[in-house]
Amino acid sequence: MSTFIGDWHALVVLFVAGVIPNQIWRMLGLWFGGGLDEGSELLVWVRAVATAILAGVIAQIVVQPPGALASVPALLRYGAVAAGFAAFMLSRRSIFAGVAVGEVILVGGQWWLG
Amino acid sequence: MALPPLDSPQWHSSFRAFFWGVRSVGSTILALVLFATYLGIGALAHDTHFSLAWTLASTVFVWAGPAQIILVSTLGSGATILQSAIAVSVSAIRLFPMVVSVLPMMRTPKTKRRHLILAAHLTAVTLWVECHRFLPQVPRERRIAFIHGLGCGLVFLSVVANTIGYLLAANLSQLFAAAILMLTPLTFLFSTARNCRELADGIALALGLALYPLATLLNSGLDILVSGVVAGTIAYGVHRARAKAIA
Repeated sequence: MSTFIGDWHALVVLFVAGVIPNQIWRMLGLWFGGGLDEGSELLVWVRAVATAILAGVIAQIVVQPPGALASVPALLRYGAVAAGFAAFMLSRRSIFAGVAVGEVILVGGQWWLG
Repeated sequence: MALPPLDSPQWHSSFRAFFWGVRSVGSTILALVLFATYLGIGALAHDTHFSLAWTLASTVFVWAGPAQIILVSTLGSGATILQSAIAVSVSAIRLFPMVVSVLPMMRTPKTKRRHLILAAHLTAVTLWVECHRFLPQVPRERRIAFIHGLGCGLVFLSVVANTIGYLLAANLSQLFAAAILMLTPLTFLFSTARNCRELADGIALALGLALYPLATLLNSGLDILVSGVVAGTIAYGVHRARAKAIA
């Protein structure tokens, strides 16, 4: 059971750094909803920054991968993302096609490299 | 799966509306993307040494994939609580306009704010998209119950995916564990690319990917924030310049 729960300190960190900073925005939306135009300039900037932060996280996982993914050579990781992106574009933006091709290249490439 | 017509007696009870919401999870392709995403998050949390309870609690209480990934990867790479909290809150700002735009679809003159708290909590990109698809087919006074059902169904699916991903990462060969970890960047890259409605979003995505490796050279501990704010602001600048050029 202790391995299931892990350390209590981490759960406190989850609430302070994860739950509260996240829920604040939903509750503000509930409270002040209606007064804000979805196309306002401030929200365009906020959305651009939020998208770029998410892009940074995607890049971080691929460039400095955690755990088992680190056993895959860097060029193969980048190649898998690039091939997935090509499939995504060619399939008129199918998420499924992009993910499937990216995974096939990653697994196939790693298997072929031994 | 087709929902019953608006005047069907099926909609007379809130309980049934909830049940129709849960069943609707099966008729959305986004549920599959969500499943793959949370499979990846489970594996990522395992390989970053978080416990399974921590992972499931983050899914139930945070309920926003990008925020969870940012939290796991920043804490896992040694950021402070404050740095992680800043990065998470910036990523979560996009929930604000989603909640603002989705709640009026469920409101009736009798609705109190507290009736909408759970619906606001369940609002994330998947539910936001599906609200626009499903709610016109649901009678207004049953929409909150329907959304509670749909949202709880999606959370349940994600908790199951999390658990499977976590256990697979612990027990699979290195090759397949790597494949599951790779699901996270792939699903997020393509679902974000799909949601890019404006030029600014597309530029922010491309620049954000390109600038992150440069930002790591600064070694500030705030790499993701630095590259995100710079790339996002440049993208916004391009959007402004183009809007001016057109006008």
